[in-house]
This record gives sequence, C-alpha cells and structure tokens, in this order.
Amino acid sequence: MDPVVKQLGDLSNADIRRYGRHLIIPEFGMDGQRRLKASAVLLIGTGGLGSPLALYLAAAGVGRIGLVDYDVVDESNLQRQVIHGQSSLGVPKIESAARRILDINPSVQIDKYEVPLTSDNALDILEPYDVIIDGTDNFPTRYLVNDACVKLGKPNVYGSILRFDGQLSVFYAKEGPCYRCMFPEPPPPGLVPSCAEGGVLGVLPGTIGTMQATEAIKLITGVGDPMIGRMLLYDALEPSFTTIRIRKNPNCPVCSIPADQVELIDYEAFCGMPSHDHVPNANGMLDLGVLAGVGQSAAAEAPIRSITPTALKARLDAGDDIYLLDVRNPEEFEIAILDGVHKLPKPRLQLAYEDVKSGRRALEDTVIADVPAGREVIAICRSGVRSADVVTMLRDLGYDSAKLANLEGGLLAWARQIDPAMPVY
Amino acid sequence: MPSIKIPTPLRIYTGSQTQVAVTGATIGEALADLTGQYPELRPHLYNGDSLRSFVNVFIGEEDIRFLSGLDTDIAETDAIRIIPSIAGG
Repeated sequence: MDPVVKQLGDLSNADIRRYGRHLIIPEFGMDGQRRLKASAVLLIGTGGLGSPLALYLAAAGVGRIGLVDYDVVDESNLQRQVIHGQSSLGVPKIESAARRILDINPSVQIDKYEVPLTSDNALDILEPYDVIIDGTDNFPTRYLVNDACVKLGKPNVYGSILRFDGQLSVFYAKEGPCYRCMFPEPPPPGLVPSCAEGGVLGVLPGTIGTMQATEAIKLITGVGDPMIGRMLLYDALEPSFTTIRIRKNPNCPVCSIPADQVELIDYEAFCGMPSHDHVPNANGMLDLGVLAGVGQSAAAEAPIRSITPTALKARLDAGDDIYLLDVRNPEEFEIAILDGVHKLPKPRLQLAYEDVKSGRRALEDTVIADVPAGREVIAICRSGVRSADVVTMLRDLGYDSAKLANLEGGLLAWARQIDPAMPVY
Repeated sequence: MPSIKIPTPLRIYTGSQTQVAVTGATIGEALADLTGQYPELRPHLYNGDSLRSFVNVFIGEEDIRFLSGLDTDIAETDAIRIIPSIAGG
C-alpha cells in the first residue's frame, strides 16, 4: 500500500545517528525514517495499550504524538501500564506519559488532550493526525473512534484485550472494512467484562500494543502489508496466533455511505454503557460518573435501599436474620470474603434474570430461586456497583424492596470501616 | 469431531471449557449441539432462531455470514470459533 504519509521530514546528523538501525534496513531506509519524522499519530488512551505504543513510537522517531486521556495514574494501573511508574501516582496520565516520551526522545512534539473523547470534539481532535490508534478501554469510545475515522478517511489501528486474549486489526474504510463491518452492534451491557471487571494479564497489552505500533509504522512508511481486512487473534494460553478475514459489509451503516454523510451519534446510548471502564479504586474513591446509572442492566428508576458497613456489622452482631448475597466472580471470593455469605456471581444471576424477564424460564427454575423471598437480603460486591444492579434486578423480579439492600461501598468500604486487615483489590 | 472455540466472555457458561467438541453437519447443527450441552449459552448466541448480530462465528478464517450462515456445511476437522467483541485497553 502507498504510504499514508507523503511528506518527507528532514533528518539531522543527530537523527541519523539515532535511527541508524532503521536506516540500514533495505525496505525502510532514509525514506521510511523521513516519513516517520513527518508523521503525526494520535493515541486514544495512555493505559495498557497506549503505554507500549507511546514508548515505541516515540523511540522509533514519530515526529508528533497526540495523547488523549483524562485519567490519573492509579496503583492498579502499574501492573501493565509500563509508561507510568510509582512516582507518577495521582498524576494525570498524559503528563506522566509525556515525561517518559520526552526522556526517550526529546525531539517528539507532544499534543495533550486531557478530555474525554466525545462526539462533539472527536473530529477536531482526530483531524490533524495521519494515523489514529485505538487503545481505549470501552465500547462506546471504540464505536466513536471508528465512525470518526471513517468520516475523516483515516486509518484506525485497532487493538483490544481481555484476560489472556488479544485482537489486532487495521480498519481503514478507504481500503477495506471498518470496525462496524466486523462488529455491527455492541454486545449487551453486562455480557463482556472490561479489564477493570474481568482482569487482564499485565503483559498482554505489551504484546498487542507493540503490534499496533508496528502496524502504525507500516501505514506511515508504506512498508509491508498492513492488517487491513484481517484480524489477528492472540490466545496467550495456548499460545496461538490466528488470522481471520474481515470483509467489507456492503450494507455497513457507516462505511458503505459517503463519508461526509456519516453522523457521530450518542455512543453511550448506542452501547447502553458508559464510555469509561472506571470502577472505584482500592482507596474507595469513586471515579467520575460511575454512579450515574448509565449502562446498568436493570432499569433503576427508584433508588434502592442501602446499608453502610457499620450498620451491617451492628446488625450481624445483634444476630439479625440476614441473607448475605455475594455477587462477585469466583476468582474474587479467593481474595477476600465475609463469613457466611451465599455466593451467586452477577453474570449467572443476570442471565437468569434475562431468561425470567423474557419468559424463557420460570424464576423457580433458575439460580435466583436460591435467594429467599421472605428474608432480608443484602447484596455485596467489591465496590457496591454490581450489587446495586443485583438489588435492582431482584426488585424488578418482585422481591420486596423493603427487604432488599445493597452494601454501600462494598467490601472496599467494609475494609475501611470494619476490617482494615482485609485485603482490597 | 468438529470443535468450537469458546471466547473468554462466554466461558462462564461452559464450565470454563475453552474448546467444545460438537456433532453436526452444518454450523447450525453444531451450535445447536453446543447449546444443548450448555443451555445457558443459548440466549447469548441466539435471538429466537437467528444468531444475535454481535455474535461472530468463523470457520477457519471465514465469517459464516459470507458463507451460508447457519446452513454452512462443516467437516469433521473444521475448527469453528465464536469471536467475541472485547474492548479492553
């Protein structure tokens, strides 16, 4: 394919010393390096994928790097977001990333966008860049990035990770399919966990992010065949790399129409979930918007009852008859757990809930039947978000809302108020 | 027997099985066998009798939407995969 970057930057003698190992690759040479120097790349997200991307693209000599992120560095990021370090805790991620980029390569021009990417600002933010790299952590932003790239005619280097699985592709509507050709609609809210909910092996974004960096460099320089019309699937456990073919959908709602007619929509509404994967961190700090109720699986018109850890402790000590329902996933039970809880992971409960609501199964035939209707039920999870969803679902199924409550702040709050020795995660 | 590779988000419904051996001469029959073995999977894959639009099923490197959909013939040695939408970064 023709190089996306037509302009050739000028290399100084210092550049030639620095990039010598590129310049002597026959396919790459002076032209490749000069295109990199003239190139502008936008990284959406400076987290797991954005870390290796920024490190390697800066080192490789990309002239201008835009960073979009409004998060601050949290302790739970450091297991995989290797551009940030202990000394950056609490610092905005783009500041932390910019410091590291400039240490690696002081000649890089860095543009910082410390804002959420939205339908209102996406076109303006993406416009100046040759290549867009999607390293976000949520479905709404992925659809937004795709649609904005289609509208602007820009290549979108896609990488996505969960647990031990990774995906890589280049979506470039001018040359092949877009993200929506492969994934016309998002999965229903609650089915696919984010990394914050489902976990991710810390090395995995390194594997996928470095491959995204490679694809970006190939697009910029025109070297090799970019991963257009194909997707690489990485299974770290087997381990295996599998390539599948993605075809352009002739009826794609976005890339089959003239680019100037593509409209950016409300992507949170489209996906039924918020455009971030924040959950409260181990210090119990609630991140932006997490309680806004967006994307909750059951309608939450009326507020649900909640109980503080202190109040729950007092009631348990008094010997009150309470059915404690822990809705976390099995792996989480191993980390920390309250005595005497009944375990019912939210995904199983939600599936049963949906079956009952749609009439596929009677409540008595599902796992929900174990939850007693006559007793007081207090739902528990890590931070109080999933358990609030569960309380809403149970109420919706006819459980007496006066006998349902959510443990406010979850086990994080319990550890702070009642049991400081309990490990938090 | 053909086998179906189960993506991470759906493994909670297959008792953590990553690969399930199935019987059937078509994709539709193979998926019916899979959801017979693991009934909790069915609502995640189907809306009534048709596959949900976010469910991507591939044989080898090909999307069954561009073959014959659920009527696509399969061979004993075919590797079928359900490709998940994941969004982590």
